[in-house]
Amino acid sequence: MNILVCVKRVPDSSENEIRLNREGNDIDTDDLVYAVNEWDNYAVEEAIQLVDKVGGSVTVVSIGTEENEEILRREMAMGAETGVLLSDPLFEEADGRKLAAILSAYISKNNFDLVLCGAQADEGGAQVGGMLAAMQDKPYAALVNMIEVLDDNKLKIGREIEGGSQEISEIELPCVLSIQTGINEPRYVSIRGIRKVASVEIPTLGAADIGFTDVPLRLNKLEYFQPELGEGAEMLEGSEEELADKLVELLQAKGGIK
Amino acid sequence: MDIVGPAQFVVLGIKTQIFSILIPVVALVLFAYIISKRLIPLRRAAQDERFNRFGERLAQIWSLWLLQVKQPRYMLAGVLHMAIFFGFLVLMLRSIALVFIGFQDDFQWPFLGGSLGVGYTIAKDYAATVVLVACVIAGIRRGVVKPPRYAVPEQYGKDHTGEAVFVLALISLLMISESLFDASKLATGGEAGHFAAPLSLAWFFTGMLRGSSTELLQGIHIVSYYVHDLTFFYFLCFLPFGKHFHVLTSFFNVLFMRLDRGKVKPVRYGLAKEELDELESFGVKKLEDFTWKHMLDFYSCADCGRCSDQCPANAVKRPLSPRFITIKARDLLFKTFPVWGQPQEAPALIGGIYTEDEIWSCTTCGACEEECPLAIEYIDKIVDLRRGLIDEGMVPQSLQKPLNALERRGNPYGKTAKQRGKWIEEEEFAQAVPVKLLQGGETADTLFFVDSVGSYDDRIIEINRKAAQLLHHMDKDFGILGEQEKDAGNEIRRFGEEMLFQEIKEHNTEAILEVAPQEIVTTDPHTFNTLCRDYEGLPPVRHISQVLVEGLAQGKFSLRPLEEKDLVYTYHDPCYLGRHNLLYDEPRQLLDALPGMKRVEMEKHRDRSFCCSGGGLALFYEPEEETRMGVVRVQMAREAGADVLVTACPFCLINMEDAVKIAGLENELKVIDLTELFAEQVEFVPTVAAAV
Amino acid sequence: MAAIFVYITHKNGEADDTAFELASAAKAIDAAAAPSAIVLGSSADVEQVASQVAPYYSEVITASHDALQYPNAEVQRKVLASLLPAKALLLLNHDSFSMDLAPGLSIVLDAAFASDVVAFEGIQDDTLQLARQEHGGAVSSRSTCSLENGAIISVRAGSFKAPEAGAQGAVVDKSADLGDLSSKRQFVEVIAAEVGDVDITKSEILVAVGRGIEEEDNLDLVHELATAMGADVACSRPVVDAKWLEKSRQVGTSGQTVSPKVYLALGISGSFQHIGGIKGSPFIVAVNKNKNAPIFQAADVGIVADILDFIPVLTEKINASK
Repeated sequence: MNILVCVKRVPDSSENEIRLNREGNDIDTDDLVYAVNEWDNYAVEEAIQLVDKVGGSVTVVSIGTEENEEILRREMAMGAETGVLLSDPLFEEADGRKLAAILSAYISKNNFDLVLCGAQADEGGAQVGGMLAAMQDKPYAALVNMIEVLDDNKLKIGREIEGGSQEISEIELPCVLSIQTGINEPRYVSIRGIRKVASVEIPTLGAADIGFTDVPLRLNKLEYFQPELGEGAEMLEGSEEELADKLVELLQAKGGIK
Repeated sequence: MDIVGPAQFVVLGIKTQIFSILIPVVALVLFAYIISKRLIPLRRAAQDERFNRFGERLAQIWSLWLLQVKQPRYMLAGVLHMAIFFGFLVLMLRSIALVFIGFQDDFQWPFLGGSLGVGYTIAKDYAATVVLVACVIAGIRRGVVKPPRYAVPEQYGKDHTGEAVFVLALISLLMISESLFDASKLATGGEAGHFAAPLSLAWFFTGMLRGSSTELLQGIHIVSYYVHDLTFFYFLCFLPFGKHFHVLTSFFNVLFMRLDRGKVKPVRYGLAKEELDELESFGVKKLEDFTWKHMLDFYSCADCGRCSDQCPANAVKRPLSPRFITIKARDLLFKTFPVWGQPQEAPALIGGIYTEDEIWSCTTCGACEEECPLAIEYIDKIVDLRRGLIDEGMVPQSLQKPLNALERRGNPYGKTAKQRGKWIEEEEFAQAVPVKLLQGGETADTLFFVDSVGSYDDRIIEINRKAAQLLHHMDKDFGILGEQEKDAGNEIRRFGEEMLFQEIKEHNTEAILEVAPQEIVTTDPHTFNTLCRDYEGLPPVRHISQVLVEGLAQGKFSLRPLEEKDLVYTYHDPCYLGRHNLLYDEPRQLLDALPGMKRVEMEKHRDRSFCCSGGGLALFYEPEEETRMGVVRVQMAREAGADVLVTACPFCLINMEDAVKIAGLENELKVIDLTELFAEQVEFVPTVAAAV
Repeated sequence: MAAIFVYITHKNGEADDTAFELASAAKAIDAAAAPSAIVLGSSADVEQVASQVAPYYSEVITASHDALQYPNAEVQRKVLASLLPAKALLLLNHDSFSMDLAPGLSIVLDAAFASDVVAFEGIQDDTLQLARQEHGGAVSSRSTCSLENGAIISVRAGSFKAPEAGAQGAVVDKSADLGDLSSKRQFVEVIAAEVGDVDITKSEILVAVGRGIEEEDNLDLVHELATAMGADVACSRPVVDAKWLEKSRQVGTSGQTVSPKVYLALGISGSFQHIGGIKGSPFIVAVNKNKNAPIFQAADVGIVADILDFIPVLTEKINASK
């Protein structure tokens, strides 16, 4: 089974370091460290495990600049055979739809039985996988937390749905799946592992190489802003009754009471 | 009438002398064959560096092997073992002489003539007696009393009592047959100068046999000789098949033991750092990846269970028992490299004989190694196995998070480097204590290496502020590296991420040398250990307790008496301060210097200190366990009658402050850091010379 | 301005709360909007749900078919593509189903797509301004969405308040026009989560309890409060160590990393390790009797009180507020 996994380079989300800049209109990138999107990492691990079971190869693809090579190498150190970087000035400003179109152009030039994406990334759009599937006219499932190969043409999959339940379906190959965290336990990538693939060539493909023609943006980001949350606790005062009243009001306002 | 010895005895027309020759020859050939088979895995094993520093090695042989200094730590078992060991040493000459007596009746060692020979006879008679008595007691102990230490938990295989008792029986048979051989001869009336030492086994037997018929005595003489001969050689060839292999290997195991505390072995001996990248595989994944010394460890284990008895992980029922790290590997060695037949294919160690959780459960506290009478190493093996796990990507998610953060940000919490030095900026503190920020060419005599937990954890920051205050009070010219500092990496290395450790070490070394300090001071024993043991080319590194003791000696501290007079204090030895670095006394000196100090020791103290569950990355690992080590430890403090538990390690403090809450001891026991406690009693107002 | 449609989420014949919230969302986009609801499913369910939502919408478009009984996004996408007029604006609740359905639908319809929207900030010609949260809620972003070709927008639950009921909208059944309902993805079954097996990492509201609960029996108070709030119960490590709650509920560096919207910390001192497990920027309320507890540093709102006294009062007030 030839599997493509689409991975994104995002600010490391393991800590709360995402802050706004001084102007308060964009993310302060000074102290940011970048990593592969957590969901994508699960997708790569899943692809590797599938290939371990049924054979085939794993390709990881990322859209961005040469900075993305680091995350591609990390995924290759995990066990992905090939890394591909899609890079072109034309790709720089993109909404989810355009990212999907770029990936779709690349996929059309290649032959993959299965395309995996992370269920979502830093911007929380949870969209590229579904769009990609529609562009490719392939069946799709989001939030997949279990994959079992039934035969050459069919997978049994589980989707995570509300309340921690799992929806089981069968889906025909080729298809696109977006992977939810927790589907597996991604392996650790040691410094040594990364060094071992440090010199592996990563092909860089531009718009012309993959036959991509620009698409207009449907969603334009204007600015970032900070939701109204102060620093340190605002201490409520009063009797227990009064405190409870105030708190109920606050909780209601913040969606803390369903 | 005199009786004849085995060299001249004839039975059914055959001189038994022929057996006297055949038995040793066959047995020795067999023994040589067995040993050659046992050596095969050692020759296939990874390299090690042990043929060096023979002076130190002989000193270890003297104390650990010959004087058995570790044995009395378990009094009854230890004394019994020493009795058998010393008995064996004495009887060795006699046993070999007996072999020759089978060829030639009047054989005696040329160097044991005259009164020396008499003395030796007395010694060996008593030795045999003592050994027999020890064996009987040991047999009762193993077979009837059954101390829980020897039990084999279900997951680790079958009970080992049979083997133990069988060997005790063999030894007893040797002692009895040896004594009977002598006694049967002495009972005939004997020759001048031949006697049995009073009240010895031979003496009793002589008394019993006196007056028996010559035929009977002759029979006993010959039978006991061959029983001894056969048992002796059977025993010799039996040794390499079980835990009694240690009788043969212990000398070599102690001779080649690890000499340095606190250190971790390199990934592979004799390989430069640059060459590490070219290694096909990293760490220990299969049997042959162990070094030959580590295999010798497996052969040498006497299955005494002391390691596991002291192991805190085992105590809280984590899936780790150091004893079985060894026993399982030994059994696999025996199976993979059988004496009869060709070497077999061995499974991968993880998933074969070990589980991932087993290997991650170790806190590297060193209690097992401290206890082992045979100097068997555990930490190096655990670290090597972890290196293998890391190389295969088999790392629990709970550890991946901090490891990734260490790689990206230089601390396990994922905090930014900018925040690292922020703790010195707090207004009130900054006014009272100026701490240099050693960036951009600034230098200082003393570098305060704060490390990650002390830079980011509010509770530990408090302690480091106190430490800084004390350094300032002592007029030290000191500063911190701030942004330039990364985690020192004690646990990065000990959790097996060697290449990350090397990168971090390189970075820190460069940053430190740029400041060109005269000395480095740290409050964290883990930092202290790694800077001392794993780094090279640094100025002297001292733990804060050493610095404070020096200040005390120089009269730099005027100490207020402790406010609460009734409180009883106890000191918990952090593993990386105590066992790994032998700093047992300095912290105690500081405590005892506080006026009004009432201090008790916990039962487990100094080199038997009980780990709080580990520092650095160990704080992130989620083990399967029944209770937390910290809880066990704070309960020990209560049992000792302490109201205040003092430690000198940030991780001990974190773990035990948590543990006090879990154990519900908030009202009975307070946990405090040594530096903090000491600083509270120091008069910081500059003392003006009293006007006269 | 394009016509606004709302996809109605329902289960067991009950319209989801968001079915009503989205009517308000439509008004937030365009106060003059007369949104239509779309209800898909089995005939029994559809009828029932349609009557529940009719008072909130000018029109309720229904379609029922056995193939629509369990919401299979692959099938429903086709149905919606055929039901929706050109340049329509479709609102959905942002949930596991919309993630499955909506991105692809936007491609099929060649419409714009925005997900997990928390606020609409005005419309100008064919451009809609909207707000979303990014980076796990750490920051928010403001974007413009082109409505030229229509748009598919999923909205975060709870972002809008359900409006008052109005005149009954007409119910229009389009079951006859469904066309091809074949799919390359077949639904098999739903495996229900094990009882007590709550994934707190996915919870939106967490009531977390710490050492301050003192005794296992007191946990009942916490469970009652959580039920009243519609929250899940989480805890700090001491509670797990005491074996009062299962490990899967522990928040912290050695436990779960959670990213709820609201986090109510009860009797939790707020150790470094605990705070490390709270991701994003939830609205944190801390209740602790120690006014110096570090949790107050991390919290948005703090209350100094003994949780054993305070919880029952709070539970009562919440129940009364409903």
